[in-house]
Amino acid sequence: MNFEWDARQQHFRAQVRDFIARNVPADWEEVAGHGPGSEELTEQSRVFCAALAASEMLFPHWPLELGGKGADPWHQQILAEEMWAAGEPRGAQYMNVNWIGPTLVRYGSEAQQEQYLPPIVAGQAIWCQGFSEPGAGSDLASLRTNAVLEGGHYRINGQKIWTSYARLADTCFLLVRTGPDRKSGISILLVPMDTPGITVREIPSIIGEGDIHEVFFDDVLVPASARLGEEGQAWEIIDYSLRNERLGIPRYHLARKALDRAVERLREHGSFDDDAVLIEAARAAALCEAARSAIYAIVSRRAHGEAVGPEAATARFATVMAERAVAEFVVEHIPGALTSSDPYLKMHHQRAIVAGIASGAAEIQLNLVATSVLKLPREPR
Amino acid sequence: MDFAFTPDHVTLLDALDGLVKPYATAPIGEVPFALGNDELEAALCDGGFLDIAREAEFGLVGAMLVVERIARLPFAVEAANSAFLGPVLGETTARPVCVAELDRLWQPVRFLRDGATLVVFGKGDSVAMLSPTSGTVRAEPDALFGYPMGTLAAGEAALALPAPQFDGLQLRMRANLALAAEATGLLRAALQSTIEHVSQRQQFGRPLATFQALRHRLAEIHVRTDSLYSMTLRAAGLGDPGEAALAALHAQESTRIAVYDFHQMLGAMGMTLEHPLHFWTYRLKALIGEGGGRGRQARAAAQLLWPQASETQLS
Repeated sequence: MNFEWDARQQHFRAQVRDFIARNVPADWEEVAGHGPGSEELTEQSRVFCAALAASEMLFPHWPLELGGKGADPWHQQILAEEMWAAGEPRGAQYMNVNWIGPTLVRYGSEAQQEQYLPPIVAGQAIWCQGFSEPGAGSDLASLRTNAVLEGGHYRINGQKIWTSYARLADTCFLLVRTGPDRKSGISILLVPMDTPGITVREIPSIIGEGDIHEVFFDDVLVPASARLGEEGQAWEIIDYSLRNERLGIPRYHLARKALDRAVERLREHGSFDDDAVLIEAARAAALCEAARSAIYAIVSRRAHGEAVGPEAATARFATVMAERAVAEFVVEHIPGALTSSDPYLKMHHQRAIVAGIASGAAEIQLNLVATSVLKLPREPR
Repeated sequence: MDFAFTPDHVTLLDALDGLVKPYATAPIGEVPFALGNDELEAALCDGGFLDIAREAEFGLVGAMLVVERIARLPFAVEAANSAFLGPVLGETTARPVCVAELDRLWQPVRFLRDGATLVVFGKGDSVAMLSPTSGTVRAEPDALFGYPMGTLAAGEAALALPAPQFDGLQLRMRANLALAAEATGLLRAALQSTIEHVSQRQQFGRPLATFQALRHRLAEIHVRTDSLYSMTLRAAGLGDPGEAALAALHAQESTRIAVYDFHQMLGAMGMTLEHPLHFWTYRLKALIGEGGGRGRQARAAAQLLWPQASETQLS
């Protein structure tokens, strides 16, 4: 048991910080201000990730045989913390290194790996995730976008929604219904976004241009070879894919940094001498550090080679509580941060609102904790 | 960074588990509301468990592991302050070790009795140590708390002069860790007890635990308790006063949220004494006001995290 970062970990964090400082452009805050799915940030991400790849920091946690460095889960966490706190200069590409790449390696055909892996490891690929539908959010297995095998092709019809990065993505990791069974009737197709019949419509959001979309599929034809794994294997594959994603984005880290920044701003204006403000700031900080500790305890288990299942939902929910507490503190005590006077606090606030929804609703996390961690008898269905 | 137990930790906890096993179940019925156990207390002392932080390979992390485990028992044993503060106060310090705030000395203090050691925190990092002599502590047998409580006689508080030989910041950190470790064990035990009840108790033809109105609240209490455990371990391992203050605050915030829900989900048991729940919840209630309560704890944590926090107006 040891709660300090060791020399290697400290060195790695310093390297990542240094890399970010040297490789984000001078107008980075302005670029980031356009939003994670904007043209500006996406173009910037191709330059940034290419340089990150050249410095062997794009996917250090991948195993050696995949070209990674086999770094332990702490390195992945440190990388994620620093990137997220800097406004995620990897843009959409964080998904590639976290789960799309490893999933392709495990389940992809040789041809799929040859086609898709090189751009990912070069830091050039933009993917979008075609999961949610108007009638299938938390209840993902009720999705209805269907794909019918006709000769050697799948014909896809349906709609996805809240799809991040869709407008600029090269490829969609698409969940489709190929059979009637709720879960074993779902398959994965890797669909080039320039295939005829795909229409992308932007949904306005506070998070900048081009981030969230509806995607319509009208008689979209893709070869059967675009299927990842077997027909009906999607549920198993995404369980694997998202296993390492269950901790979610290290939001506690940006939340704490945003809180420190908020305190600094209040102090500059002589407004941090009020006990009522101090007390609320400490409450938010306690939730940030509680979440950080819960996440670190899970990462530690992974670093010891343990498979971590639904317990991760506990740490995820702690992160949601932290994110929310900081966002509420800022709204209450520095409402000016929601104007453009402080881009960092504004960025935090724009992203905080989805903390309880992105990567699985907070209530679903509580369901998982209740059923799989506390072992409460199941709710009737 | 590594949260895994060392073989020494496993050996320690195995030994402790063996020792406390006979005390896992609470007697129900005509027993005191604050249920002590002299035999258990003597066994813990003799086994050296309350001195664990004095051993370099265990330190404050060892104290956290031991105190958390002891707090899960239905018996109220003064372990936390002895384990965390004892090593600083000295080897001859009399037990029980009690802590109180100077401006609240007129109120009952956990475990306070004649001959106890009383650490009194004043403004800033000032600290005093008292040993109430015979007849200066009034026992509070009717207190609605799960600890034996005692109140210092009027006038005795005036004896609480600062004791400059002690580092107030260090003692406060240890008192915060003691509070957080104790609360973690109590919350775990009360949560487990509540889970067992709602999983068995049937209403409307199904177990109470199948209603989402309860499931989400229990899950949130688990999230709080589990994160409190990791946070307190980390704070103890780092020996960081700011992190310890946040852990104590998180403990008190979580306690306030959880305790009433435990009683609620057990159909107001705790008012009736037919279930052991009150052995944990009425200890938790005593912890909510410790250190001056949540607001003061939060302010103190803020001052540690963001130094000069309240000096801005002076500049």
